[in-house]
Amino acid sequence: MDNDIKIDVNKLNFYYGKFHAIKDVNLKVPGKKVTAFIGPSGCGKSTLLRIFNRMYDLYPNMRVEGQVMMDGRNVLDKKEDLNMLRAKVGMVFQKPTPFPMSIYDNVAFGVKLYEKLSKTEMDDRVEWALQKAALWNEVKDKLGQNGASLSGGQQQRLCIARGIAVKPEVLLLDEPCSALDPISTAKVEELIHELKVDYTTVIVTHNMQQAARVSDYTAYMYLGELIEFGDTDMMFTKPSRRETEDYITGKFG
Amino acid sequence: MSFNNRLYFQRRLVNVINLSISMFTVVVALFFLGWILYTLFLNGFHGISAATFTKMTPPPGSAGGLVNAIMGSLLMVSIATLIGTPVGILAGTYLAEFGQTGWLAPATRFINDILLSAPSIVIGLFVYELAVHSVGHFSAWAGALALALIVLPVVVRTTENMLQLVPSSLREAAAALGAPQWKVVMMISYKAARAGIMTGVLLAIARVFGETAPLLFTALNNQFWSTNMEGPMSSLAVIIFQFAMSPYKDWHDLAWSGALLITLFVLGLNILARSMFKNTSSN
Amino acid sequence: MNVAQSTLDQVVLVEQTKPPGDTDKGALWDSIFRNTTKFFAFLVFCLLFGIMLTLFYGSLPALKTFGFSFITSDAWNPVTVQFGAKVPIVGTLVTSAIAMLIGIPLSFGIALFITELSPKWLKRPLGIAVELLAGVPSIIYGMWGLFVFAPFFADNIQPWVNDNMGNLPGIGFLFQGPPMGIGMLTAGLILAIMVIPFIASVMRDVFEIVPAMHKESAYGLGATTWEVVWKVVLPYTKIGVVGGIMLGLGRALGETMAVTFVIGNAHDISTSLMMPGNTISSALANEFTEAVGDVYTSSLITLGLLLFVITFIVLACSKLLLIKLAQKEGKQS
Repeated sequence: MDNDIKIDVNKLNFYYGKFHAIKDVNLKVPGKKVTAFIGPSGCGKSTLLRIFNRMYDLYPNMRVEGQVMMDGRNVLDKKEDLNMLRAKVGMVFQKPTPFPMSIYDNVAFGVKLYEKLSKTEMDDRVEWALQKAALWNEVKDKLGQNGASLSGGQQQRLCIARGIAVKPEVLLLDEPCSALDPISTAKVEELIHELKVDYTTVIVTHNMQQAARVSDYTAYMYLGELIEFGDTDMMFTKPSRRETEDYITGKFG
Repeated sequence: MSFNNRLYFQRRLVNVINLSISMFTVVVALFFLGWILYTLFLNGFHGISAATFTKMTPPPGSAGGLVNAIMGSLLMVSIATLIGTPVGILAGTYLAEFGQTGWLAPATRFINDILLSAPSIVIGLFVYELAVHSVGHFSAWAGALALALIVLPVVVRTTENMLQLVPSSLREAAAALGAPQWKVVMMISYKAARAGIMTGVLLAIARVFGETAPLLFTALNNQFWSTNMEGPMSSLAVIIFQFAMSPYKDWHDLAWSGALLITLFVLGLNILARSMFKNTSSN
Repeated sequence: MNVAQSTLDQVVLVEQTKPPGDTDKGALWDSIFRNTTKFFAFLVFCLLFGIMLTLFYGSLPALKTFGFSFITSDAWNPVTVQFGAKVPIVGTLVTSAIAMLIGIPLSFGIALFITELSPKWLKRPLGIAVELLAGVPSIIYGMWGLFVFAPFFADNIQPWVNDNMGNLPGIGFLFQGPPMGIGMLTAGLILAIMVIPFIASVMRDVFEIVPAMHKESAYGLGATTWEVVWKVVLPYTKIGVVGGIMLGLGRALGETMAVTFVIGNAHDISTSLMMPGNTISSALANEFTEAVGDVYTSSLITLGLLLFVITFIVLACSKLLLIKLAQKEGKQS
């Protein structure tokens, strides 16, 4: 782990009302690599991911303690500009979430929020993002169609395109393939490989094979605690903790 | 286990009797619906002609139409919708998008549901005190205001319900791109809930178009053509009330024609609203 | 990756820094938007109290003149300026009671048919028919009642009722009187037809939340459809059913036009349901614009206030019961 550290998590605790969802987590996410969070459902891996862009702020009764440093700033700081943070940290969700508008407008949505581009610049940006998301060839003739008219796999890649169109530095993927068929999953995984050149990627997955395939580093969580974090190859061949081994060899979970 | 044949027979009998009664109740309800619509068409249809839409309401004993009443209804209902809809949408937005904490949202939701079923004649009295008694004369503005207060809770309710149907994942996705909350609501939530909210507005229009009670003490009535919002204005519903309660046969006929027009308009809007909602939500 | 794309990539990497954007403005707009919606929600919240206070203010002259005996007095004399609310209150309660007595069983039967008996293809048309019944403006019910139902009732039903029920011991007096068609009973009957869609649709909705497993386990024991509805569905949903009934009652109490046409507008309390009477709303509709003098007008406004308070209590109970059912439902699932 000699890479630059992009996200540095210090003594993080998180509560939903009275429920203690994240317990004392310390973690350093390296830059321009893919880091996977794995663990049984309810272990807090998605919650941890959602802290990175403070998605929890949308809901009441949630409390966070500790520090999450990103480029030397604590993103949990109340004074931190949320919208700016979220523009810097892209996110793709479990299920495709195309907005009720055209494919073009979907991709342009986030860009329009922060940049004033001319028509041609915007066209270029949309094309670039769709190219990156390996969707351009499939949609270039129907950019005016509603985003919801695409297939599930295409919709998910549209959401990835929308996420990278704003050129974030960090990309958070919350089980991005759980609603996809195997072929679409393969495409998305391939995409993750290509994207890591430019982005720090964090992916939550319940599929261990997927974590092994796409990630450089893996964090194993259980009941809100970070059990083990390290190089993916090491984790899957020689885990240092007994619990991790039990989980990845399928003894429980 | 001993099998009691008599008991079993009794139970079966009770079942059959009660289920038959249930079927009968449906027949009764449909019978009354049919009866009402049948008389409405029978009495209303032959009176409708070009004169209905071109002539003023007549004095008893002479021919005429309903054009001033139709115009008055359309005018007041339009203004009521223009006032009630934006206010209702904004209030409903608060309940659905910002009302997770604090006392205001649950309290408002509760009160709105009561206003939804509150007697419309009381709304009329309220507006009378507010906008007629205080200025000293009846006016179409007061009528429109009374109708707007009836549109309002319907729009608040549907806006809230429809916004709550918008999956939170969609809001999260927009927020994750760095959109501030007001843009999330304006550009995502409203867009996704548009058809539902429109349906609610149409249903609200349908409801107030047939409302009589709130207009009785506000817009009052007017035998003549008037588009002066400061003065009394006639409306289909109030004209029907006045004409039907009168002893004159030709006024009765006009009242029936007006009743048919109102019903067709209201039921048509209902059907339009529902089919619109069904079409867009199945997409 | 093709060439064009990789040049685009170059461009991206060069201008990685974001333009400052308008995020401060974003936060400002957020709070403006939020507070605007909050303001309008607060306006809706205040509306109810505004209505109460305004009506209370309007009723002060009458309350000053008559005091609280206004509620119990059966006087209604514009000439001597003596007014009391007893007749319209009794009329309102009696017509609504008749409406409930007839409307509840009919609504229950309809809801039962739609949820448990109806073939699938019939459910939607029936639902639409119930909604149409709810959509017909109340003035249409009134006209139909006055011109069609009342004469029919006077010619065909009332003589029979007079003959056969007028002599019943104990309740016979309720059904005596000339067959005029209009009166409390007719008003109650028309109200019953009007409230059916409201009660039936709430009942249908709450019946449908009963988990299939509950019903299946009763059917599995050999229960008949009726037994399942009566012993499983109804107990499970009774709070919601009562809520629906209260909602219908609230509607019936406040209904104006349908009643005004057929009630007869008489300020008397008669023992017979066949006789004309008055309700709060019909008194308002008939007399308000013709009322002369402060005390007369104010007495009518007091009637309106009473009506609002009564319906408020009934509707608030209805709402609380329905919320309670929803919470119970939330806990179980």
